[in-house]
Amino acid sequence: MDARVDRPVSRAAAAPLVRFEGVAKRFAGLPAVDGVTLDIREGEFFALLGPSGCGKSTLMRMLAGLETPDAGRILLDGRDIAGDPPHARPVHMMFQSYALFPHLSVAQNIAFGLKSQRLPRPAIAARVEEMLALVRLEGLGKRRPEQLSGGQRQRVALARALAPRPRVLLLDEPLSALDRKLREATQFELLALQKRLGLTFIIVTHDQDEAMVVADRLAVMREGQIVQVGRPAEVYEAPQSRYVADFLGAVNLFEARLEGADADDARFVGPDGRFVVAGAGEARSDAPAWLAVRPEKLTLHAADPGGSGNRLSGRLLETGYLGDRTTYVVELPSGRTLRAVRANAGQGAASPAIGATVWLSFAPAAAVVLTR
Amino acid sequence: MRRRRGGLAALVPGLWLALFFAFPFLLVAKLSLSHTALAMPPYAPQLDLAAGWPGLVETVRGFDLATYRRLIDDPLYLKAFASSLGLAGAATGLLLLIGYPIAYGVTRFRPATRRLLILAIALPFWTSSLIRIYAWIAILKPAGLLNKALGLLGLPALNILNTNAAVLLGLVYAYLPFMVLPLYAVLDRQDAALLEAAQDLGASPRQVFWRVTFPLSLPGAAAGALLCFIPMVGEFVIPDLLGGSGTLMLGRTIWTEFFANRDWPTASAVALVMLAALLIPILLVQRHARVAP
Repeated sequence: MDARVDRPVSRAAAAPLVRFEGVAKRFAGLPAVDGVTLDIREGEFFALLGPSGCGKSTLMRMLAGLETPDAGRILLDGRDIAGDPPHARPVHMMFQSYALFPHLSVAQNIAFGLKSQRLPRPAIAARVEEMLALVRLEGLGKRRPEQLSGGQRQRVALARALAPRPRVLLLDEPLSALDRKLREATQFELLALQKRLGLTFIIVTHDQDEAMVVADRLAVMREGQIVQVGRPAEVYEAPQSRYVADFLGAVNLFEARLEGADADDARFVGPDGRFVVAGAGEARSDAPAWLAVRPEKLTLHAADPGGSGNRLSGRLLETGYLGDRTTYVVELPSGRTLRAVRANAGQGAASPAIGATVWLSFAPAAAVVLTR
Repeated sequence: MRRRRGGLAALVPGLWLALFFAFPFLLVAKLSLSHTALAMPPYAPQLDLAAGWPGLVETVRGFDLATYRRLIDDPLYLKAFASSLGLAGAATGLLLLIGYPIAYGVTRFRPATRRLLILAIALPFWTSSLIRIYAWIAILKPAGLLNKALGLLGLPALNILNTNAAVLLGLVYAYLPFMVLPLYAVLDRQDAALLEAAQDLGASPRQVFWRVTFPLSLPGAAAGALLCFIPMVGEFVIPDLLGGSGTLMLGRTIWTEFFANRDWPTASAVALVMLAALLIPILLVQRHARVAP
């Protein structure tokens, strides 16, 4: 996994392929993108992740030239591309709706961008064949888009955007129209394709799993701003705010105030009890802080585990059996609910009965201290 | 259950078609196979329903194709036919050339403005078509508005009233909304993502139009062309008011046969031949629509 992350990093030290500098865009007076500064490296699979309306699509559309920024600069290969019309940018987009031309065959759709480049006919035909093979649609070139399945259309859209050899491929929610199984398989295909071509892909998605699977790095967006950028594992394990912790995966948050800290541990106290955490982070004793613990890092016990570690007790409210894992919802005496997940790896891990008193424990290193 | 509902739902258009299309059509067909007679009504044989089955057999025995033979033999009808198709065809071509830029231009405005512009295009047609065609007489007559304006500009007068040029002008004017509205409907419904995709794939604005917008608007152009061409072939009022003695159009021919010559069989035969000829473009468009929706 790390090989693919490290390769582009060395090259990126010089200059990023795409740079957003203080980019802003308003629609009807409301900020859609609000001062975004972001570097995307050559050969990287980068994900813009956020809920709908967070400005991620607008940011991508500005790179494609389909929207004009109100402020800031967008650099491609170190050059400001503000003056370039969309058709002159070596950036191609795969649209969420695929936007396949209904009056053209699959092959003609794929050839569309090549014709714009005024390539000779044999070169276009060869490239179309190459693209059809790349997305495993050999022999379907003469079909019309409406004669294809959803998954096939998605691949035509991908081939069409890749055919003119863009410097950057933009993918706007590319898999949202596929059913779950196909979507998951396609995520891995996209990833393999991107690594094989060595191209820079930027994907816009609201699906955190999708972003985690495909991205070398991702940016979490909120209300037009980027709140955190990093490798998926970094952002998941070390979120910098409650928003990110909650958006990327599920999380249990404990409000707690820093009580004291020594070289190894920090002690927190809050309405749910006292906790020992490895490191105080940015928490101060005079400001509120939160401890974020992922559900899979909470261990469920049917009996009091004892000891001096972090533990809470409550009533088991419900269990959700998902096959590979089981989710437990535990209600604390305060009325707050916590979520714990246990992998169903072996036998003998029978779930406690609903309504039973259970204990949850977590290691000091399992909690992340958040101050925002 | 589903079948039954389909059957009931089909009854309404079926009844409508039977009453207002099939029945009159059969009447006209029967008329066209009769011959003129000095009687009231002026044709024979007459179907005597009181005579029952033998009466019907008698009537059918009296049918002949003499009228149709005369349509072929007399060059007048062929000429009227060719002239009608020619004028309607030329008018359709002009309507496409004028209507397309109008419809496309309207879609470039903001939605609220678009609705206003479409209303403005349709508005004159809320007044009687007869009045609007008479207005053209006032414009085109030798001392009319057109020639006054030309005179002021120092240009020679243009006497086109009572010529085919005036008929063409009248047809284009009268049918313009029927061309613009279907074209506007397809252009307005066009998926903005397709235009963005074309731009994104390197097409300049001009290329976007010719490679995406235009081909996707062809069904609208076909609908508009049919909607105009078919009634124009049989148009009566415009050639009658704006055309001259040299203007031969089927609508006028039918009128003359029916009312001036009291030749109902010939009028009916001309009407049927026109209908048959007009079915051809309709079927062609429908077949094309099935292949490429």
